[in-house]
Amino acid sequence: MPTLTKVISGWGCYPQQSCELERPERYADLRPTTDALIVRGQGRSYGDASLNENGRVVLTERIDRILSLDTKLGIMRAEAGVTLADILPAIVKQGWFLSVTPGTKYVSLGGCIAADVHGKNHHHVGSFSEHVQSIELILADGKQITCSANENSEIFWATVGGMGLTGIIAEVTLKLKPIETAKMMVNHRAAHNLEQLFHLLQEPTLDDHYSVAWIDCLATGEHLGRGIAMFGHHASKAECSIKNSLVNKPKPMRTIPFNFPAWILNPLSIRAFNALYFNLEGRKKVPFLRDYDSYFYPLDTIGHWNRMYGKRGFVQYQCVIPEKTALVGITALLNTLSVSRRASFLAVLKRFGDQDKGYLSFPLPGYTLALDLPLRDKGLFSLLDKLDNIVLKYGGRVYLAKDARLSAESFKTMYPRYETWLKIKQSIDPTNRFTSSLARRLDIGNLHELGSEK
Amino acid sequence: MSGNVLILGATSAIARGTAAAFAARGDDLYLASRDLEELKRIAADLHVRYGVKVLYGLFDATDTDTHPVFFHKVIKETQALSGVVLAFGMLGDQQEAREFNVAANIITSNFTGAVSILSLCANYFEPFKRGFIIGISSVAGDRGRQSNYVYGASKGALSLYLQGLRNRLHPSGVRVITIKPGFVDTAMTFGLPGLFLVASPQTIGKQIVRTLGKSADVVYLPVFWRFIMLIIKHIPEFVFKRMKM
Repeated sequence: MPTLTKVISGWGCYPQQSCELERPERYADLRPTTDALIVRGQGRSYGDASLNENGRVVLTERIDRILSLDTKLGIMRAEAGVTLADILPAIVKQGWFLSVTPGTKYVSLGGCIAADVHGKNHHHVGSFSEHVQSIELILADGKQITCSANENSEIFWATVGGMGLTGIIAEVTLKLKPIETAKMMVNHRAAHNLEQLFHLLQEPTLDDHYSVAWIDCLATGEHLGRGIAMFGHHASKAECSIKNSLVNKPKPMRTIPFNFPAWILNPLSIRAFNALYFNLEGRKKVPFLRDYDSYFYPLDTIGHWNRMYGKRGFVQYQCVIPEKTALVGITALLNTLSVSRRASFLAVLKRFGDQDKGYLSFPLPGYTLALDLPLRDKGLFSLLDKLDNIVLKYGGRVYLAKDARLSAESFKTMYPRYETWLKIKQSIDPTNRFTSSLARRLDIGNLHELGSEK
Repeated sequence: MSGNVLILGATSAIARGTAAAFAARGDDLYLASRDLEELKRIAADLHVRYGVKVLYGLFDATDTDTHPVFFHKVIKETQALSGVVLAFGMLGDQQEAREFNVAANIITSNFTGAVSILSLCANYFEPFKRGFIIGISSVAGDRGRQSNYVYGASKGALSLYLQGLRNRLHPSGVRVITIKPGFVDTAMTFGLPGLFLVASPQTIGKQIVRTLGKSADVVYLPVFWRFIMLIIKHIPEFVFKRMKM
């Protein structure tokens, strides 16, 4: 198969590495290459998870067929390269929705499983893998196996959240969620500080199927952590007066055509934006209807929004702090950020429910904070190391799908089930055929280690 | 106005883009190629996404003896065809194609096989006085170059054949459209050096279907390739033969 050597990056535009790309067009051509490889779907992980510096990267963008949709039971089977953006129009008109969706629909199904992504409803339904009925996985020896919670279950739980390091996720069977309309019923509540925000997210009378909070990162002192809690659910027919309620009008996409100069996002411009956003969105105290695209995927209407951060890119930092220490931990994180005088354009706080069964899955019961930090100088990395220390201190962890710079030591402390994962990896990929830049950086899959550490 | 469209060589990226564009406007499809396993996947996908009926069957362009039986089967299963898209083609390796047996294979895929199946299609549509034949040729057929002249010659021959067919079928109202794609992001071009302004196969597919609503007979896609080829065709031969293309 022809290869294309190209400098590529994840969504954060950092790091950028030269890789040998290969793009199968037929399902039969989707198989492990002789050289070590990583599979890349839409390249929407932020750091180096879908990179393999100077090595093979197999693109699944053409292995993207929806194979079946049971409109009665809500079961869909598709090839792993298909994007959520392609799935949604096919299922919504039949009265179904994704049980879990991340904040962009331009991700591949395989990527959702490899990163075991979560949505705004994690506290109710868990992460993406909870709704995966089965996976067809192509192993290092080229054999295709079916794995699920019942069949080859160890491999299944190593593959969900396994960052593509157990094999090629080739086909997926998903359990969908029934909906009555394509609209969302949304409710906003403003909070003037972090404690209030936590109260809003915990308040059972306010809680809804989906909940998330936006934080104004530039607010300091007594307003530290001020933000807006946003609740929502799929609107019922009664709530939605429109006749053909399953119709969703796609929005025109505007694309950022080139990298903005890095100074465009500065504390002043972000402060102005945040003040405006807080006042506009915080004012909406009465529940209102919104189409699902603008509710779940607000940034998707701007193509290449990552170019906003300039050509040096940005780092997204997402961590979770366990429930008990979440308020102190997140206060400490926001304080450290505000002392550093680095502004995060976007800061999102979400509540997580029970830990998922994936050995390397990110969520644990508590609160997760996501920050977008423009990469201007190396100083950012020392700030992020400080944030890591806070996360470690409170028993939390960093999300690998967003990560570009965590250390191998921190990774192993944050993911205590890694040892179990490694044993499964060794049993199905003894030569470490599936590897990535992220795996090498975090020393994941280093098979010599098993014997030597114990 | 939905019909029934036969796509020959339905597993190629441009064919997939074109099939999706037909399905999106409500046409039922019959997909044909050598790879049944792949056709099954594509057919399922188009059916789920667009709700149209999609049939598929085995078709080998180079095995011309089987074409009459194949075409008969298509007509029987679809009841009636409204149009045909010829999307199969083989680029081959020009270095290897210096040997005749390799060159012959390329010519059989791109030209002989096309003439065989299109004769059947033309004879089918002519008495009905309706229908369309869309042939996907190539800009490579406009001028012979050292890098792919066997492929280019077979596509050039296909373009001429389509031109003649158009002339013959004009009185019976059967449309014959020649599509000449430039750089499209397919398996044929992936990793090739010197590509520019590469179009996605989905976009090209939509544009191919759109030509049915227009009057043009020969369509370059993306359209700016008409101008590129205009220049390339007008370079004097004594200059052209010295160029490395």
